[in-house]
Amino acid sequence: MKTMFQRIWEQHEVVPETADTPAVLYIDRHLIHEVTSPQAFTALRHRGLSLHRPDLTFATIDHTNPTRTEQIFGGAPIVIESAAQQIAQLERNCAEFGVELLGLTNPLRGIVHVIGPELGLTLPGTTMVCGDSHTSTHGAVGALAFGIGTTEVAHVFATQCLLQRRPKTFAITVNGALAPGVSAKDLILAIVGRVGVAGGTGHVLEYRGEAIRALSMEERMTVCNMSIEAGARAGMIAPDETTYAYLAGRPRAPKDAAWERALAHWRSLPSDPDARFDREVTLDGAAVEPMITYGTNPGMSMPISGSIPQRSRDPAFDKALAYMGLTAGAPIRDQRINVVFIGSCTNGRLSDLRSAARVLEGHKIARGVRALVVPGSQQVKHAAEAEGLDRIFIDAGAEWRESGCSMCLGMNGDTVGAGEYSLSTANRNFEGRQGPGARTLLVSPLTAAASAVRGRVTDPREFVNDSSPTAST
Amino acid sequence: MMEPIRQIRSRTAVLPYTNIDTDQIIPARFLRTTTNTGLGRHLFADWRYGPDGAPRRDFALNDPAAAGCTILVTGRNFGCGSSREHAAWALYDYGFRAVISTEIADIFRNNSLKNGLLPIVVDEDTAAWLLAHPGASVTVDLENTRVTLPTGAAASFPIEGFARYCLVNGVDEFGFLLSQQDKINAYERPHS
Repeated sequence: MKTMFQRIWEQHEVVPETADTPAVLYIDRHLIHEVTSPQAFTALRHRGLSLHRPDLTFATIDHTNPTRTEQIFGGAPIVIESAAQQIAQLERNCAEFGVELLGLTNPLRGIVHVIGPELGLTLPGTTMVCGDSHTSTHGAVGALAFGIGTTEVAHVFATQCLLQRRPKTFAITVNGALAPGVSAKDLILAIVGRVGVAGGTGHVLEYRGEAIRALSMEERMTVCNMSIEAGARAGMIAPDETTYAYLAGRPRAPKDAAWERALAHWRSLPSDPDARFDREVTLDGAAVEPMITYGTNPGMSMPISGSIPQRSRDPAFDKALAYMGLTAGAPIRDQRINVVFIGSCTNGRLSDLRSAARVLEGHKIARGVRALVVPGSQQVKHAAEAEGLDRIFIDAGAEWRESGCSMCLGMNGDTVGAGEYSLSTANRNFEGRQGPGARTLLVSPLTAAASAVRGRVTDPREFVNDSSPTAST
Repeated sequence: MMEPIRQIRSRTAVLPYTNIDTDQIIPARFLRTTTNTGLGRHLFADWRYGPDGAPRRDFALNDPAAAGCTILVTGRNFGCGSSREHAAWALYDYGFRAVISTEIADIFRNNSLKNGLLPIVVDEDTAAWLLAHPGASVTVDLENTRVTLPTGAAASFPIEGFARYCLVNGVDEFGFLLSQQDKINAYERPHS
């Protein structure tokens, strides 16, 4: 009568929790990047400590790196001095402490939550942490993966463990099948809207049900990625044949006899049919429409065909609409846009680029709209180029970049101007997220692409239905 | 060793909004640093300063009455979003020692506890009173997990027991974890 979360948690208790002390929880994989690790390395130096398991620690550069090809490969300098320093510091730290770094020009580099699964570092039944809240992404394979702060990064460096209280469990069941033109992004926006941005606080989510089982691995990653936007540190999906097919042959996944042993273990992970969750919510997948956010947190979302909600006597709501320059009660369709960003750890994978390209093929991006397509990893970039997606984006008038977090949070200088409307496939529409004064509307890659063509917020079903259908994966 | 924290007495500064995320507490462009010091000057940067860099007069922390307050009162779900510990560092560096709300996001709460910033979750009535009375003199008693208002009313608050023990006694959590090394090694043997 156990949930998958309970099983994985108990298998990783070095010391179980008591009334007085939290559990000592073992961490199987630790991913790090340039922004949240420097102070943790400094903490090790202050205490004269080394890394307990450098072999379980993997570093990449994603948040602050430029995405222009000439700055990664052409020898052009990184313009932002503080970004260059942070990247150089990570390089020094990894060399000094013996951590494998997928550096700036490495063909395997990319956003930490894209490369983990891509390389097969992310495995079912494991515990995984990173100093980044979107670590929840890795739960898509049936791992317990969550974001931590920099002090905890130092704890994992020194001991490969964390002091943790056991969270509660929360089952989110999605029945039925998603309609054409409705993607995993729309589903998770609908879930966050339903649960609320604090609804998952203190809980680990498990996504279940027919609509979840029907998702590809990349779509499952999109769903788990935004668990944190519902306040949950982790979201998980039980591994199944889709998971095993995705992981088989990945460079860091187990092989041969080790694969067979791992597979037997993985098959034992899913929650028992009669397992009890602390909370449960059920949604009808067939009722989910293409979604868009209108406010300044990911829970302020609506069907794209609907009207912006009205709420009285809520200062945060009024502040959000004033910031967004939008009117309660008005439709969101046909809202003019200035920028389109396709990428991020939420929607920067090959299938995301394919679905955007499917809409853009044969079209031009509207005059006055700037569109940036940033693959989630160098491997995604190369795979997209191998099937000609880069040509579709470039011919449509979009910029095609090297991988990174880029305009999701603008740390590398890829920003949206004050007052501009940006359709973003990323995960957060917070005030100033894409640059001071920037107004972000979160959407799926399909909606982003359809809207880029019109220069206005557009229901992707208008495009999906009248353009030639191509199988997406 | 950390300094023990038993009690905090201060007037309050109030930000009456729900869902204040860590991007507001410290915008991402200020995270391009390799240290954790001096971040207080970037606290709430885009709410605190106008595009010209001048302090916004309508922002509560720029009110002279808020100067020196070490307790921040906010709407529900403070600290949601990014895991950036810079948010806790910035609040502490600015001078805050406690944040009071009806709900505080998980990662931010953990980060705060590790930096001597008390995340205090109170009931709706207590929060409503505090939100309506900026500048109220409030006592946060960590030893007895109780917030006392100037009206004499008191509310208890939940806080993880081990974190409270560490804060009250100035015990270093990292040191405790390091002391578990034998058990960690024993756990690793059959698992490797």
